[in-house]
Amino acid sequence: MSGTTTPDALLSVRDVSLSFRGVKAITALSFDIARGEICSLIGPNGAGKSSLLNLVNGVYWPDSGHIVFDGHSYPRLRAHQAAVLGIARTFQNNALFRNLSVLDNVLTGLSRHGRASVASHLLRLPAARDEERSFRERAEDVLGFLHIAAYRDAIVGQLPYGLQKRVELGRALVSRPAFILLDEPMAGMNDAEKAEMSRFIFDINRDLGVTVLLIEHDIGVVMNLSDHVVVLDYGRKVGDGTPAQVRDNPDVIAAYLGTKH
Amino acid sequence: MSSTTLSAPATAALPRTARRALAVVLGLAVLLLPAFADEYWLNSILIPTIVMGLAGIGLNLLMGYAGLVSLGSAAFMSIGAFSAYNLLLRTPWLPLPLALIVAGLIAAVAGLLFGLPSLRIKGFYLAASTLGAQFFFEWLFTNFAWFSNHSLTLTISAPRLEIFGIDLRPAPGRYLLVVATTALLYWLAANIVRSRIGRDLMALRDMDKAAAVIGIPVASRKLLAYAISSFYAGVAGALFAFAYLGTSDAHSFDLDKSFEVLFIVLIGGSASLFGNFLGAAFIVLTPIFLTRLVELLGLSAVFDNGFLINLEHVLFGLTIVVLLIREPDGLAQMLRAIRARWAAWPLRA
Repeated sequence: MSGTTTPDALLSVRDVSLSFRGVKAITALSFDIARGEICSLIGPNGAGKSSLLNLVNGVYWPDSGHIVFDGHSYPRLRAHQAAVLGIARTFQNNALFRNLSVLDNVLTGLSRHGRASVASHLLRLPAARDEERSFRERAEDVLGFLHIAAYRDAIVGQLPYGLQKRVELGRALVSRPAFILLDEPMAGMNDAEKAEMSRFIFDINRDLGVTVLLIEHDIGVVMNLSDHVVVLDYGRKVGDGTPAQVRDNPDVIAAYLGTKH
Repeated sequence: MSSTTLSAPATAALPRTARRALAVVLGLAVLLLPAFADEYWLNSILIPTIVMGLAGIGLNLLMGYAGLVSLGSAAFMSIGAFSAYNLLLRTPWLPLPLALIVAGLIAAVAGLLFGLPSLRIKGFYLAASTLGAQFFFEWLFTNFAWFSNHSLTLTISAPRLEIFGIDLRPAPGRYLLVVATTALLYWLAANIVRSRIGRDLMALRDMDKAAAVIGIPVASRKLLAYAISSFYAGVAGALFAFAYLGTSDAHSFDLDKSFEVLFIVLIGGSASLFGNFLGAAFIVLTPIFLTRLVELLGLSAVFDNGFLINLEHVLFGLTIVVLLIREPDGLAQMLRAIRARWAAWPLRA
């Protein structure tokens, strides 16, 4: 698959390398994510999965290679620019605004769509009030979609972990992104919570048409949910294909799943 | 921060019409107060409490809401005071309210410039850099006599204090000037903290990296916070100089004054607007209370004056420490807890 861009790729990672002070995190990595699919990124700890996410949304810049998003090549994408392009993300360790309410956290996801000026917010002019009302409606939609409307006024730092993960998902989702990056959204969850979160991810993909790039350690979840799996090991790609192809790939089994039986 | 998870907000204790009626009654009481309060109350308690509360709002917007720091609040107050003085003096056609606004804007520009380091550094180092503003402006206003119109003592006092031809120099006039200005600025601050801009500020306080990733313009919001904060400090400084002190100089706005504003925010409560007035009342009333206490205990006969002033400082510091250990979120949080209890009565909140 590497080398050429598939015609309907939303994201193409092209020959990307990244190192931290000489330690290579990612080496000459290339893969494509098709529009509308759920792609999972798997690999052992330290394989470079989170680093890759940080490259895709402009937190890091690659040493070489480039990121192609929606047909445009970005050798140096900025985090803010990625957000404007419609790339949203959640973090491995919750990165919520912990002293704000659930509703306010979700509303911050809309901030960059705000058009009313600072002066009109100061004076509560109609422009500001209209903006606030439409933001509120969009946020309420997302709260309903993720079944957290009952917690809208709760301070996020006081909620259980599973709900916090959902709030973070809501904050990413509210801006109606084309592409969402989920960094271990099910870490630390029990099976029931994982099933619930899987369902939300599935709905986001099928009902809202959002392309998903997911980092997940639970192989069962990955195999059930994904259209496409990319396997990393020590910053290199060792597998790329459908869940079935990846499961049967001997390199993947050796590098990641361990020897069978 | 406690017990808020799923309980109804405490403001639901009273129905909306009752709350409005209460607000109207309180508003009338505040406006009619000069008819009942004597000169001492207005001059020594109410005016300084309201003005310092306004300065507290300025720092709270920066520190409590945006999570940035400043140890130079008094510097921006002095910019407001000296700007208003020169505007009133040199542009006689400029009415008082406009002079206050322009003075605030000049302080805002200065605040924006001294906020630039916040784009690179954080925490302690940022605090140290804002100290630069403190020392720079004290030096500037002491060494360049132009700012005090070449007065021999380098002091400034209001060249004029009137609105629509009404002289505001008597205590009730100064009180109403302070109340009206503060009410307007309080309303604006409440609008901003409840808006998208306020959420942006709180987002970068709680986690600036995530704020950047979701597309909040972190750098421009930080500078905006410094500008707005300094605007409030500037207006408060002008009021402090003309409506409270009457005559002041650069040393009226020294580092002690900056710390006073900092204490108001810490005592009143971070990320609260009303709390600043509780904090200011604490700062204004505690020394008065302690003086009376010392008199009452008959200690003033035993110790000399210098010792008593030191004793006051010790007691004052002790009170702050105890208060902050008991309630780290300040007096505003204590008040919220009382309201929550009231709302839930006869059940326990």
